[in-house]
Amino acid sequence: MIITVASGKGGTGKTTIATSLALAISDLSPIVLDCDVEAPNAHIFLKPQFKKSREVGILIPQVDEGKCTGCGHCAEVCQYHAIVCVASKVLVFPQLCHGCGSCSLHCPEEAIIEVSRPIGMLQAGLGTAGIRFARGVLNIGEPMAVPIIRELKHWQLFPDGDKVIIDASPGTSCPVVESVRDADFVLLVTEPTPFGLHDLRLAVKLTRELNLPAGVVINRDGVGDSGVMEYCQSSDIPILMRIPLERRIGEAVARGQALVEALPEYMPRFRQLYDQILLLSDRRESTNQSTNTETQPVDDAKVRS
Amino acid sequence: MKIAITASEPQFEAKLEPRFGRCAYFMIVDTETQDWKPMQNPAAEAMGGAGPQAAQFLADQDVKAVISGDIGPNAYTALEAAGIDMYRAQVEQISTLLEKFLTNQLEQVSGPTSPQRHGGRGPRG
Repeated sequence: MIITVASGKGGTGKTTIATSLALAISDLSPIVLDCDVEAPNAHIFLKPQFKKSREVGILIPQVDEGKCTGCGHCAEVCQYHAIVCVASKVLVFPQLCHGCGSCSLHCPEEAIIEVSRPIGMLQAGLGTAGIRFARGVLNIGEPMAVPIIRELKHWQLFPDGDKVIIDASPGTSCPVVESVRDADFVLLVTEPTPFGLHDLRLAVKLTRELNLPAGVVINRDGVGDSGVMEYCQSSDIPILMRIPLERRIGEAVARGQALVEALPEYMPRFRQLYDQILLLSDRRESTNQSTNTETQPVDDAKVRS
Repeated sequence: MKIAITASEPQFEAKLEPRFGRCAYFMIVDTETQDWKPMQNPAAEAMGGAGPQAAQFLADQDVKAVISGDIGPNAYTALEAAGIDMYRAQVEQISTLLEKFLTNQLEQVSGPTSPQRHGGRGPRG
């Protein structure tokens, strides 16, 4: 069971929801993966002691100038223009490279080998209530988050864990696609404002494109307008929880305290949220066979970064 | 010698397009014969890496100098390796800039003139 918490709009409370959801089911030994690798912050609330870490790199081409004839095939096949061939010299732009390996595959002289270039790291440890926690950290200045997220999801550190909560990054671009793509349920956190609604629409489109069941948490309920509610009703997206705008919640978050710790009355509500998610994802599994034939598989190229 | 001027329209009366990697057209001018022809920039709509791709295109056209507004770090590296001289200019008519180039009135660039922009991010689907 993988639950990904995503949002569209940033700053709506993804991490607040993801960490409180994990604490509310701590007896089920959940794993929390902070996939917001450009600005991971779930550790602030779950307070893990990082005991394990690993470097993540991507493979970039290295050209053997002795073998290279300057034919330019590598530059022609590179979709990302990370390699150019000018004046019979090959130049590599490491930050543009996605590590696809096409250049080395197509080099007729076998002059290109691939070498690992570090772009970030993974860290893991036990946090509050024994929650198993891991996060990815993208090095500052590095543009590509997806390889880190992919490695984090496949890091077999807690092989027995079958309940995973993923904290995704905001937006709907490649890092978010990578964070939601294997999920059994996507929890979309939004706020009832025109901004929240605008980005929620995009996030819902993403989950539909990937054929993933989704539900909404409205945070800071009471501000803004009724647009989000009306949209959810007309688009048949369940609203699973509402959290009012309350000063004491804001204060707790600012202190680095998880919502359910500062306001224990929320503990049963998050447990209920989890039970609802189970029901909704089960319903999807049972109806899946009938809908599967109607939906097009998502083009892999769109999902790759 | 062939030179390229980044242009917003495919006409000789058009103005300079100040972005190098994402200009719509390159006006390719032969300085001996004054023949000119506009060529579409294949990198104009690139998801990422527009600078290197545009530089590769100019190198393939055997261009020896380029006149543009700003040249980013990746484009600079590629143009320099290709042995293409870079000149910085204000947004003026292509014909005026050609005249200025021929009379040595343009500033030659010896380093990137703008920070990294779209380049490096790549497709973000």
